[in-house]
Parts: sequence; structure tokens; C-alpha cells
Amino acid sequence: MAMLHIVNKSPFERVAFESCLRYVKAGDSILMIEDASVGAIEGTKFADQLKAAMADTSVYVLGGDLAARGMSEDRMIEGIKSVDYAGFVELVADNEKTQSWV
Amino acid sequence: MATKKFMYVNRKAPYGTVYALEALEVVLIAAAFEQDISLAFIDDGVYQIAKGQNTDGIGMKNFSATYKALGDYDINKIFVEKESLDERGMTADDLMDLVWEDEDDDWAEKPSIKIVSRAEMADVLADQDVHYSF
Repeated sequence: MAMLHIVNKSPFERVAFESCLRYVKAGDSILMIEDASVGAIEGTKFADQLKAAMADTSVYVLGGDLAARGMSEDRMIEGIKSVDYAGFVELVADNEKTQSWV
Repeated sequence: MATKKFMYVNRKAPYGTVYALEALEVVLIAAAFEQDISLAFIDDGVYQIAKGQNTDGIGMKNFSATYKALGDYDINKIFVEKESLDERGMTADDLMDLVWEDEDDDWAEKPSIKIVSRAEMADVLADQDVHYSF
């Protein structure tokens, strides 16, 4: 019963991302899009929180959103996977349910 | 008309919302009225002037080059908060090279960006007459 959690708010600006991390279950997936994409970067004040969640969840970022904000993928936290829009669709199809943390 | 000190405070990442683009448009309009203009980049606003922005993957117009034109409109007081960069794993090297040409110094190219601490930013903000928040 794996769930895909989609986050689109910056973890530095809103608490939506933090809320999401409180509700994810082992085996779930998290996809960062739009302003949330910057949460994928290593060395930020949010990175440790996300890394803790990655122990039992899969984390993805929409690569185009990261690039638009001037962040290259080599700066991502290790283990985060970058996907394109086709990958986004695949994630939605592969998970039984989807929740957007708007 | 007396000149006022106008401060444009930018606190949001570009592209996710329209704030960054709208701020840029308003700043360019204000420049036409020859006011004393400053820009502050705080919080996620620092992503607006990150170098290497590439919007090919999201199908939106990349307006980051417009920031480089600000110097041509005599907008050369661009304050960036160091703590905001630190919190995002960024340094001044991650920012675009924004410059202006000093008419009084044989058109020498000078940096427009000034990295300031949070305490200094508070002073900069307090020193203004009018604030626009984006």
C-alpha cells in the first residue's frame, strides 16, 4: 500500500515539507517538485531531516525544477534520484495512492 | 520631486510563484523614475540570483539574465544576506556576477552585490523610506 507524497513548497519557507516527513511510512516515496526541489541539496539546514527520512523511504526530485533554480544535480544529497516528467508519471502509476502536501 | 529610498525585498525562489518575476518588472519601472533603489535578497530569494539557472526542463521563460541588466539602469545596491546563503548550502560563488559601470571612475566595472549579515540587513532595511515586499 505504498504511497507517493508530492511536495511543492520550499522547506525553508513553509512547514508543508516537515509535515510530510512526519506522516510518511516505511516504503513510501517522496517527490520534490517546484519550490520544494531545493530541499534535495546537501549541506542545507533541512538536509539532516530529509536524510533521516531516507532511511526507509525513496526520495525523488524533478530535475528540471532543480536546474531552474540554478542548482546542479551533483549537489544533491546522496541517494536522491532525479526524474523528468515521464519519471513523475511513472511514480504516480507505480504507487497505489498519491498525496500532495500543498 | 524629492528622491526617496526604495527597497525591494525578495524572499521567494523563482518560477514556483510569480513573485520574483513581478518584482523584477516593478524594479525596472521604478528605475525609469530615477529613484534611489536597493534590492534585498533574503530567505529563498537568494535562488533568484543563483547562477546557472536552466529552465529547459520546466518549459518556463528563464528571466535570470534580466538581473544582469539592472546595472545598466543604475541599480547597483543589491544586498544578499549571508545567513540565507549558509542555510541553503550556498556561498557568494553560487550567485550571478552582477556588475555596474561607474561613470565617475572611467566606467570601471564594479560589483553590485554586497553580502551582508542578518544584523547588517536589518540596518539596511531600517534605513529605507519605502519597502516593497515580494
